[in-house]
Amino acid sequence: MTATLPPTTGPQPGGTQPEAPLAAPRPALAHDWRRIARMGSIAAFGQVFIALSNMPVRLDERLIVKPVLSLGYLVLLILPFAAGYRQGHQIKREGVPTYAPGLNEVVGGLSCGALAGGGLSLLAVLLTHFDLREPLVNWSPILLDLLAFGNATWFAAVIWLVIGGGMGAAGGVLRLLGPRIRRAVVTMALAVAGAAVLESLVVDLAEGLGLETLTDRLYARRGGVNWSSALGLAVVSGLLAVVGRGRFRQARTRVTELEGAKRTQANVGLILLTAAVLIVLPLFAGKLTNELLANVGLFVLLALGLNVVVGLAGILDLGYVAFFAVGSYSAAVLTAATSPKIAPEMPWLAALIVVVIIAGLVGLFIGAPVIRMRGDYLAIVTLGFGEIIRLLFLSDWLSGWFGGSQGITNIPAAGIFGLTDVAGTDPRRVFYLVLAFCALAIYVSWRLEHSRLGRAWMAVREDETVAEAMGINTVNVKLLAFVVGAVLGSFSGAIFAAKVGSVFPTSFLILVSIVILVVVIFGGMGNIIGVIAGSAVLIGVLGGPKQPGLLVEFSEFKLLIYGALLIWMMLARPEGLIPSVRRTRELRQQEMAQDAWLRGEVDDDDGGNGPAGSPSAV
Amino acid sequence: MTDTQAAAAAVPGAVQPLLETRGLSVDFGGLHALDQLSFEVREGEIVSVIGPNGAGKTTLFNAITATVEVSDGDIVFEGQSLLGLDPNRVTSRGIARTFQNVRLFANMSVLENVMVSQHCRTKQHAFGALLYTRAFRREEAEIRQRAEEILRFFGTRLIGYRVDQPAFTLSYANRRRLEIARAMATQPKLILLDEPVAGMNPVESAELTGLIGRLRDEWGFAIAVIEHDMGVVREVSDRVVVLDHGVKIAEGDYADVANDPQVIEAYLGKGAGER
Repeated sequence: MTATLPPTTGPQPGGTQPEAPLAAPRPALAHDWRRIARMGSIAAFGQVFIALSNMPVRLDERLIVKPVLSLGYLVLLILPFAAGYRQGHQIKREGVPTYAPGLNEVVGGLSCGALAGGGLSLLAVLLTHFDLREPLVNWSPILLDLLAFGNATWFAAVIWLVIGGGMGAAGGVLRLLGPRIRRAVVTMALAVAGAAVLESLVVDLAEGLGLETLTDRLYARRGGVNWSSALGLAVVSGLLAVVGRGRFRQARTRVTELEGAKRTQANVGLILLTAAVLIVLPLFAGKLTNELLANVGLFVLLALGLNVVVGLAGILDLGYVAFFAVGSYSAAVLTAATSPKIAPEMPWLAALIVVVIIAGLVGLFIGAPVIRMRGDYLAIVTLGFGEIIRLLFLSDWLSGWFGGSQGITNIPAAGIFGLTDVAGTDPRRVFYLVLAFCALAIYVSWRLEHSRLGRAWMAVREDETVAEAMGINTVNVKLLAFVVGAVLGSFSGAIFAAKVGSVFPTSFLILVSIVILVVVIFGGMGNIIGVIAGSAVLIGVLGGPKQPGLLVEFSEFKLLIYGALLIWMMLARPEGLIPSVRRTRELRQQEMAQDAWLRGEVDDDDGGNGPAGSPSAV
Repeated sequence: MTDTQAAAAAVPGAVQPLLETRGLSVDFGGLHALDQLSFEVREGEIVSVIGPNGAGKTTLFNAITATVEVSDGDIVFEGQSLLGLDPNRVTSRGIARTFQNVRLFANMSVLENVMVSQHCRTKQHAFGALLYTRAFRREEAEIRQRAEEILRFFGTRLIGYRVDQPAFTLSYANRRRLEIARAMATQPKLILLDEPVAGMNPVESAELTGLIGRLRDEWGFAIAVIEHDMGVVREVSDRVVVLDHGVKIAEGDYADVANDPQVIEAYLGKGAGER
């Protein structure tokens, strides 16, 4: 509740510091109307954009809370709420007074939200009087109907003002709540939304575990969380949030503060636990969940490979799909009886060895010219090579080998030492196979990162010229990153070929490269756990380029959401979801230096002479 | 120090020089940044390179470390030409450098900066790391140990809690020190210091001056140093080379060079020396 004062403890650099005023309620009606107008109009614009992108109509079928809230309406409600919350945000600066939030936040939120809702009101009015279907394909009576809740236009115009205002005010109220209650409220909302989003996953798992009665109670027959269960879930999660406040963080600091051998023990325990869950879970999961997990795993594998190239060595590779394609196609050619040229069909595992060699060679082949370039030029050239590889597979010239646009079909299942056959028909086995390779990829990235080679990659990423001057053969080191990335990507490709049973050039569009890159950036470049989290969120929930995620309804808007998420991420948290320490340092150098300065940890060691230095940027 | 100075001045070229440039020229378009320059550094010697701005001092260092293209002449290090080598090969031959505008790996920790610079002296590759072999672990331990030893050379400046801090948190003077540490880590025979005390206060300058002497005496490096601070030059140099417009205009011990009319002219303009 209380707005904190600027820190008065610790060293006071500069000597004189303006007396920080006490947190007082803001004077009545001291609204920053320009700010409110700006936030409100942005939200209104967003609302209209969302409405005209057809998202509400399409997503209306997916229920979040039955019968009151569908995903379609949720996307419309979220913007006024966010705008209302955001407009009350005060930037804390030293010497500038901050006010305790009060009624003004609510009034501001209300106006902001009403403005946002006004966008939809206006749209509803326009929808009845004009027909702009020509440029705007989703300009339809269905949309109007949805906006008006089946009533007349005037109703839509009024109700959205009210709804918008209400959501905005709610956003403002959220600012008023103390941190503890706010956390509880957010947890409640997240719990209900999470339960709804993960519905198919939870139902599937519950069936495997024999807990159908629980999910029957939780979810409505047609999908969506039951009204009463949602309430119960909210109460329980809210209580948990209040009771368990800080416990999780405490536990985490207790683990991170462990030293030496005990820390290692804790880490090993954590890894074993995760591994056990990942091994046991699929046994109880149905086909759907396993399919999802396998898809996520394939992208984790790709993202880990790209992470070596982009995250560790700092080579922006926009054509990473090339290695995925090479892996897929070479596995297909080597194992499939239908592949035109190579006669003796190899077992999958034997083929894999050849695949790795081919992928490594292709990595060298593409890398050798590319690696001599830097920055933007390098990115553009990799983009080109990604396309070249796909076009080669598509071309008539090589169709004798790769089947051109017909691709290669009837790829046999991957046999593992004659023990099992892994094919797409049994996604559980695919998942286990992917899991094994992910473990390998994680081990490889982890080991290499903390080796002489990993340090050299870091140095190259920091400053290539200096790295060269410090005796690092930058060409070799970068090439090696390219090859490691290529090999990891080809693993994913080889599994993909066996899983799907056919490969076509259309599976290796440039979009795949972009999606993998977005996964890496979103998750946290340079951090293994971040990359996995990125895949889980983006591929698992929203879906991959061709693979459906948990929110199947989103598939049409996937790229839009990807883009929006990426932009938001770059603005709010450029280091990614679970960032690597190093990446955070890179992006937040000055902030960190300032924080250290405020804590009095500044390195003012200047030979014992001269005043305490101010933090200087590199 | 005066003994070595005297020895160097008395018998120039008596021993095979460690580094020698023969008629070295570097052209940038029509500009002769270096023009037929002959320059040498002997084993265990500290040579200062001075001259007004734009005289070609940094270009000389860049040419030696293969970061600019040589138009004419030859650079010989331990009897072998360095021409045509990549910068990293020059470093592994045994020439390390620091940069005029400090260029650390800012987001790597102090220790990592020194560890990574041992790259060309170590050889464990990807497979050793992947299999976590005994050799790999031994080498990692050695790299760390050597890095710590080098950092200890700077007294308390770079050890303690600072070892694991990212380099960008260091004070200016410490960044300069870390640059030197990084150069030492490549295990060179010759270190090229490009304005090591630029921007430092007198106390720091004096400390670093002592350090340059110790680098030679304790570690046995030959050192070539570009410096504008004449106090430092007088203090550290066995020999001073003066460049102007890419040409060597004077060479000798500090006193000779400081009184050379050509040098005074180069620094202060024509006629200044006659007063």
